[in-house]
Amino acid sequence: MELIESPLQDLKKEVSTGTTIIAVQYQDGVIIGADSRTSSGSYAVNRVTDKLTPVHDYIYCLRSGSAADTQIIASYVSYYLNMFSIEEGCLPTVKKAAHMFREFCYQNKQYLLASIIVAGWDEENGGCVYNVPLGGSIIKQPFAIGGSGSSYLYGYCDIHFKENMTEEEAISFVSKGITEAIARDGSSGGICRIATINKDGVKRRTIYGNELQKFWEK
Amino acid sequence: MQKGGFNFDLYQRNVELIEKNNYKVPKTTKTGTTIVGVVFSDGVVLGADTRATSGPIVADPNCEKIHRISDYIWCAGAGTAADTENTTGMISLQLELLSLSTGRSPRVRTALTLLKNFLFRYHGYISAALVLGGVDFTGPHLHMIHPHGSTSTLPYISMGSGSLAAMAVLETGYNSKMGEEDAKSLVHQAILSGILNDLGSGGNVDLCVIKHKSMEFFRNIDTTNSKRKFRKKLPYMFKSGSTKILEKEIKEKMEKMEIVNEKENEIEELEEL
Repeated sequence: MELIESPLQDLKKEVSTGTTIIAVQYQDGVIIGADSRTSSGSYAVNRVTDKLTPVHDYIYCLRSGSAADTQIIASYVSYYLNMFSIEEGCLPTVKKAAHMFREFCYQNKQYLLASIIVAGWDEENGGCVYNVPLGGSIIKQPFAIGGSGSSYLYGYCDIHFKENMTEEEAISFVSKGITEAIARDGSSGGICRIATINKDGVKRRTIYGNELQKFWEK
Repeated sequence: MQKGGFNFDLYQRNVELIEKNNYKVPKTTKTGTTIVGVVFSDGVVLGADTRATSGPIVADPNCEKIHRISDYIWCAGAGTAADTENTTGMISLQLELLSLSTGRSPRVRTALTLLKNFLFRYHGYISAALVLGGVDFTGPHLHMIHPHGSTSTLPYISMGSGSLAAMAVLETGYNSKMGEEDAKSLVHQAILSGILNDLGSGGNVDLCVIKHKSMEFFRNIDTTNSKRKFRKKLPYMFKSGSTKILEKEIKEKMEKMEIVNEKENEIEELEEL
């Protein structure tokens, strides 16, 4: 088996977001971050992908796994959340969004390859992060990491995470994590997209490749 | 009655034919292709090569890969030729009906959603990789759609077997402030790069420039690659006597005619009345 496959074979593979995604609770809400590479085998199909997908005003989801599957699921959840919030006359909770994602992912687990992190802000609970990995389980966590690049971040997160960080600390936590994963994981790359979600809404920012911090490098 | 979709009734028979009876499956016509799209200041430019291959053979040296979805929304397709043509055809019809029932001109985003939902249902078995571009009342848009149903919105896109060659040209030459002529030239260069460097792409270059309420289709804008130097003149002329006659048999042409009774008298009677 050749180590480097012919590029034509890559293009026939399913497009996946071989990825790094992070979401973390901080004192006023959540900070979410992702890299920007969508790959098909070893060819980067889109090097500026936006994996931070809004499903409602204050609720975002971070997508990893098959690009097609996650886009469609996010589309469905966004539709149903909108319907429910109009019927109920109030903003949906992050818990409702996360459970909806779980329902799709679990009931169709044979057909889907989707690992999603749902994060947002709501009135009752403040910032919340829910992890909905491949099988369709759901777990509420103070921070969540996902995607192929997350393997390199477990140690980093365990050591550096603190409860109730300030916005700057949390952004630094997320951006450094993404930077490290991009450096070590071949399927992650491009730029670092970050969003802050709190009672004031969503604030997005982008950290370009040359602005990313350089860690231990020869 | 079958409602639609695929019919797998003959699947087992086909498998047996292939395995036991050494049946050779006919090759699908694939557009091993280079297709490109670029957004410029006033609109979108789509480009494609014109070679359709059936295995190693060029089935059609001058096919059209840029399909009309609506007047100002066009789509270039790579993959299986039947899939791209029929998918774009179907969505074009749906979009037309939708635009008539809503009373609004169609949006590129609508075509995108229709295409992606359709392709997702077939789990990638419909091999259609598309570059969808157009200008609607919200402005110019360019999207890429993969066979599994995932989409991306980008300022420049290349797809097909020649996409790597084309992307190299696009990455070098693209800038966000391009005008129409620069964009046309960039797309032309990108397709040419695909034609020259990819074995599955070839033929001529087709270009489609879409701006607000205007569409220009440049069919075969560049034919330098399909001008064959040594070509026998058509029609083939053979000297008389070049084919050896082995046997001669002459048959008399016999005419069998039956004379049917003509009812002339009846007709005369009717006229009198």
